[in-house]
Amino acid sequence: MSDGPRAIVAAHGNLAAGLVSAVACIAGDAAAARLLPLSNATLGGAELAEALRQAVLSAGAQVVFTDLPAGSCTIAARRVARDVPGLAVVCGANLPLLLSFAVASHKSAATLSEAVDKARAAMLVAGEAANGD
Amino acid sequence: MAIEVFRIDDRLIHGQVVVGWAQPMELEFIVLVDDEVAASAWEQDLYRMGVPCEMRVFFESVESALTRLPEYQQMTQPGLLLTGDTVTMRQLVERGAEIPRVNIGGVHHRAERVPRLRYVFLTPEEEADLLAISARGVEVTAQDLPAATLVPLADVLSGHGE
Repeated sequence: MSDGPRAIVAAHGNLAAGLVSAVACIAGDAAAARLLPLSNATLGGAELAEALRQAVLSAGAQVVFTDLPAGSCTIAARRVARDVPGLAVVCGANLPLLLSFAVASHKSAATLSEAVDKARAAMLVAGEAANGD
Repeated sequence: MAIEVFRIDDRLIHGQVVVGWAQPMELEFIVLVDDEVAASAWEQDLYRMGVPCEMRVFFESVESALTRLPEYQQMTQPGLLLTGDTVTMRQLVERGAEIPRVNIGGVHHRAERVPRLRYVFLTPEEEADLLAISARGVEVTAQDLPAATLVPLADVLSGHGE
């Protein structure tokens, strides 16, 4: 795994692996190696939290990115964060956010917030629908 | 009856419940029956987080659920009752809760469980719970999402549901 801050990407189905694969395509394998994908497939709530806890501890991750605010991955991540000091949970992760994290040389809480702001700003509606018609 | 779905799901409130069921069925409240969650404000905050603000969430122990179920069933809006395991649903049924059907929505992989469906893994004790619920005249089926195939309990237990 490359130097720099590490994160777990926890999501439904194959989404986490797909997002990390996309980071590798755009920013390279070294950047993607900062992100460990984890799927919730076949796991109950308690089992998912334990799998996530193990992943966080073994990777030394400082952040868990999840997909859905009310989803099982976010619930599990918040459980783990309760016991792991300094662990941040960011839900609603998208590709711009993961790219921003993966290519940064250092990530403090402040810059993580900036990355979230950039990721929000990266969502836009183009075309006629943008006018609300 | 206001409660339209009685679901066993070991993830409790999560994406399938909030998006997969609640949105198409226009559910307006969730009754989460779990003794541990009912006793913990932190757990309740955790499960309330991410639920749309227009959806109400009620947390009940088995005891308090038995008392308040008639009240929930008088509500004019549609809702969903959720337990995290088979034994809690069995307790509700055997102690007189008016439950016409039970949806096995997700009982996931664990070392001592046997796979029955893609989203249902059961121990012998959990199978006994489901059979006991069924023996009370309750229709027990598995279905992870509303558009998915409804699998009768007999097919779940025989492993021929998929």
